[in-house]
Amino acid sequence: MSGMNKQGRPTSIGGGSAEGARETFTGNKALQIEEPLLFELDNPGACGVDFDEPAEFTSHLGNFERQGRIGLARVSEPEVMRHFVRLSSKNYSIDAGLYPLGSCTMKHNPRINEKVARLPGIGDVHPLQPQKTVQGALELMNELSHWLKELTGMPGVALSPKAGAHGELCGMMAIRAALTARGEGEKRTRVLVPESAHGTNPATAALLGYKVDAIPATKEGRVDLEAFKSKLGPDVAAIMLTNPNTCGLFERDIVAIADAVHEAGAYFYCDGANFNAIVGRVRPGDLGVDAMHINLHKTFSTPHGGGGPGAGPVVFSEALTPFAPLPYVVQDKDGFRLVETEDEANADGTQPFGRMTAFHGQMGMFVRALSYMLSHGSDGLRQVAEDAVLNANYVLASLKDDLSAPFEGPCMHEALFDDRFLKGTGIETLDFAKAMIDEGYHPMTMYFPLVVHGALLIEPTETESKQAVDLFIATLKDLARAASSNDKDRFTGAPYMSPRRRLDETAAARKPVLRWAPPAPAQAAE
Amino acid sequence: MRYLPLTETDRREMLGVIGAKSVDELFRDVPESARREGLVDLPRRKGELEVERIFSRMAEKNVAAGSVPFFVGGGAYRHHVPATVDHLIQRSEFLTSYTPYQPEIAQGTLQYLFEFQTQVAMITGMDVANASMYDASTGCGEAVLMAHRVTKRRKAVLSGTLHPQYSAVVKNLSDFAGYKLEIMAPALPDTAEDIISHITEETSCVVVQTPGFFGELHDLRPIAEAAHAKGALLIAVVPEIVSLGAVTPPGEMGADIVVAEGQSIGNGLNFGGPYVGLFATREKYVRQMPGRLCGETVDADGKRGFVLTLSTREQHIRREKATSNICTNSGLCCLAFTIHMSLLGEDGYAQLARINHAAAVSLAEKLASVPGVEILNKAFFNEFTMRLPKPAAEVVDALADKGVLGGVPASRLLPGVKGVEDLLIVASTEINTDADRAAYQAALKEVL
Amino acid sequence: MSDIRFTDQHEWVRVDGDIATIGISDYAQEQLGDVVFVELPEVGKELAAGDEAAVVESVKAASEVYSPVSGEVVDVNGDIEATPAGVNEDAMGDGWFIKLRLSNPGELDKLMDEAAYSEFVEGLQ
Repeated sequence: MSGMNKQGRPTSIGGGSAEGARETFTGNKALQIEEPLLFELDNPGACGVDFDEPAEFTSHLGNFERQGRIGLARVSEPEVMRHFVRLSSKNYSIDAGLYPLGSCTMKHNPRINEKVARLPGIGDVHPLQPQKTVQGALELMNELSHWLKELTGMPGVALSPKAGAHGELCGMMAIRAALTARGEGEKRTRVLVPESAHGTNPATAALLGYKVDAIPATKEGRVDLEAFKSKLGPDVAAIMLTNPNTCGLFERDIVAIADAVHEAGAYFYCDGANFNAIVGRVRPGDLGVDAMHINLHKTFSTPHGGGGPGAGPVVFSEALTPFAPLPYVVQDKDGFRLVETEDEANADGTQPFGRMTAFHGQMGMFVRALSYMLSHGSDGLRQVAEDAVLNANYVLASLKDDLSAPFEGPCMHEALFDDRFLKGTGIETLDFAKAMIDEGYHPMTMYFPLVVHGALLIEPTETESKQAVDLFIATLKDLARAASSNDKDRFTGAPYMSPRRRLDETAAARKPVLRWAPPAPAQAAE
Repeated sequence: MRYLPLTETDRREMLGVIGAKSVDELFRDVPESARREGLVDLPRRKGELEVERIFSRMAEKNVAAGSVPFFVGGGAYRHHVPATVDHLIQRSEFLTSYTPYQPEIAQGTLQYLFEFQTQVAMITGMDVANASMYDASTGCGEAVLMAHRVTKRRKAVLSGTLHPQYSAVVKNLSDFAGYKLEIMAPALPDTAEDIISHITEETSCVVVQTPGFFGELHDLRPIAEAAHAKGALLIAVVPEIVSLGAVTPPGEMGADIVVAEGQSIGNGLNFGGPYVGLFATREKYVRQMPGRLCGETVDADGKRGFVLTLSTREQHIRREKATSNICTNSGLCCLAFTIHMSLLGEDGYAQLARINHAAAVSLAEKLASVPGVEILNKAFFNEFTMRLPKPAAEVVDALADKGVLGGVPASRLLPGVKGVEDLLIVASTEINTDADRAAYQAALKEVL
Repeated sequence: MSDIRFTDQHEWVRVDGDIATIGISDYAQEQLGDVVFVELPEVGKELAAGDEAAVVESVKAASEVYSPVSGEVVDVNGDIEATPAGVNEDAMGDGWFIKLRLSNPGELDKLMDEAAYSEFVEGLQ
């Protein structure tokens, strides 16, 4: 026999149980290193930058000169580097593993996108430079618009909304503007929103003063067409519908819904959060949609960055295009022109409803999204939708006997389960999800959509390999088995192995501590 | 395709498990009329090299700010960003993580958000700050809505010091939400604005910017006093956060809400976005504040940790009763801000501000010596306004032809407003050298 | 012991003379989970039956508390504003929300008594 263990090296990873894990002097666990707050590293005299003092000059600050210390920490560059690197090691990321958050589309973020966004001629350009010095930037915006319009089959686009919810607001504003233009702005006061909608939908409608009217779902997890029709009337401004919906299902009746909406004189707002499932295969314009935001950070791979920045361009139908907000780009014989003023827009024959933000939108995200689109091309994007849907259906089919699925497949890009499979185990959806953390996975979306009990919504995305999805499925099967065989501790105490265990959210909310404050000075002897 | 791991063999096997003959079967719920058989009319896939070429070609058609003497401000400022910042924000664990909804495996994001909130509160002189807004302009809109909630009134007064596009954003939101608004005429730096007489029992808030759109520093104290006397709030807007390294923070001048643009610290120009809106307020208003908040707590083992908190204010719980429809913050831009601010620290931040002020003072002196140029400001930080003997838009155009990006003509943001055509708003920061300023002076002489 | 009545929105009301004390039921506090915040109306406010009287929040949910009856607010429970946990500890007693001076005692007749409410809650489970 070769390769004998001649050195007496132990062959198991240790005899002790998990309880035998040692406490260390530092509190660190090998690569998991505890890190204090930045302010606790304060070291008077240290600084992470070197500047030259300016030459003698006369202050023009008037009587506004700042007095006293601000309280910022004083730290050198290596300490700053180490601080943030250690913090980073406490985060899960898509680069490190499967991130099955339903409705969030956590897909691979190509680094070419980062590289081109940092080209000096793109990243280092000011929004108020003379237009003749930014023709490339305007061309880029125009090109992105072209792709978005072609992919959605919609003739108009507003690029400026800063994120998905901002895009929703923009779309609903355009709808109000169009209604107002035909003298019905005041009388149409109701917006129909399915029960399964994202929370941003009702919040957006309410912000504009609309009364939100919930549409019930059918047993099949889709909009109840008859109930919906009965709610239509001359006071309805719009329907806000997510398609594919938040149960991961395509709304079969969508064309009938759109027709009924239009017949009633209302508009169809589509929440485009789930566009990834249909990009290249179905164009919302062909379904009768009037406005739809597109989360560039979902479908088009711009990084989520721990919660932003996003970008939420909105595409418009013929009816709404003239009301799109300022600014927008047009191409004419002299090149590209950014239309920034109402007068200029009116001369072009449009009536923009106003302005969503200063400047022109999330250019940094436009670059990344366009880079992704160009990389994939029309053929690659169609494959994106197909593989995303295939992966989700594979998960659904593989797990439907171990977990419990409330609706019949096929699903689109995400697979929805409920908590019936946990019934009688004393384990909740939350516990099940937390146990996934110990297995090295980020949990799926939980307790959303609201239309099923204890929801678990899994979106694997198209950038997971079969091997990765197989291991994920096997893990969930093992957890489901453990749950049904009374291994309760594995769940209710989980996670055990993460940088922090479950955090006390109640204490955080009852007595909010929202900033660091210097420790109260000791009662020093004078 | 390089981003797609599934092979044809994989796909066949998976379809077998699903029990479908083809992937088309999975799309069978799509109405037939909307099924697209062929590809959309767009180019096919491209390799990385070709993609990079396309963007390089577009980039070449822009004048990069760093390639010329550069003096453009107006709400976005070019500063040096230390290399450490860009390196750290590109770490996978920061760049490719989601909103920290699972705090056990997102302490990295949560801790820096807590540090960010602390830095913002300190700098603005306020009690608490949120985990950021999209940018200062949308932050202004949210601040006005918040003031309406706090005071239960429905009318805001916007000072003429406010960036015209910030005003436009607030106006748009107010119009649609059905709130009243009074927008004062542009407040030129050489004339005093009487906003106090516009504050009534109906006013929920006054919104004043300092440094103002024309670069002037404004005293907020008398406005705060007058607002408070009528039960209204003062919203202070700071478009250039570097200024607070040198000037009195709004929190010390009676502001109730501070909105600031944080782009200058850690973030590039990016042709207007993404930026990072800073939002701070008094402790007593915290439950009316929009946006995400991170708070300190302990975990099951009693160790300190951080969570998103007070989330019942937010849309995913409150739905139509939420304080705002916002779902995203500026995550990675906050991180860039926090890292850059950590490098600067107490001393570096003050020094950076001093250098900026000195740069602008030096530029103002040089340009004032050009015949026909009049500097209008009395007190300013790193930006000021000059009156020219010619329309400013033409001058900026001519300067660009000479390779100098000379500032923002007021008329670009105040189209159709009388008396601003000859005003040019000019910024100078630590990036400008004496040679840059000399080049500007020489070019301006030639152009006028 | 004064008479206690319940609404199908899980508020309770207990009447003593013309003063009604109002709170949320034990079932409601259990469903909400740990209460972290309570917002109460101002004393002197006139409420009609069904009006939003208060807000109660847990970490995961926010609910409006509706007034079961009409009247003027004469007192609010500052203790639960300061220590919201009090709602969980004694929802039917020290965790009360507001006291009203009844303007229309007849409204009480439309509400459930304890037995009817128990049955109602059982039907929900």
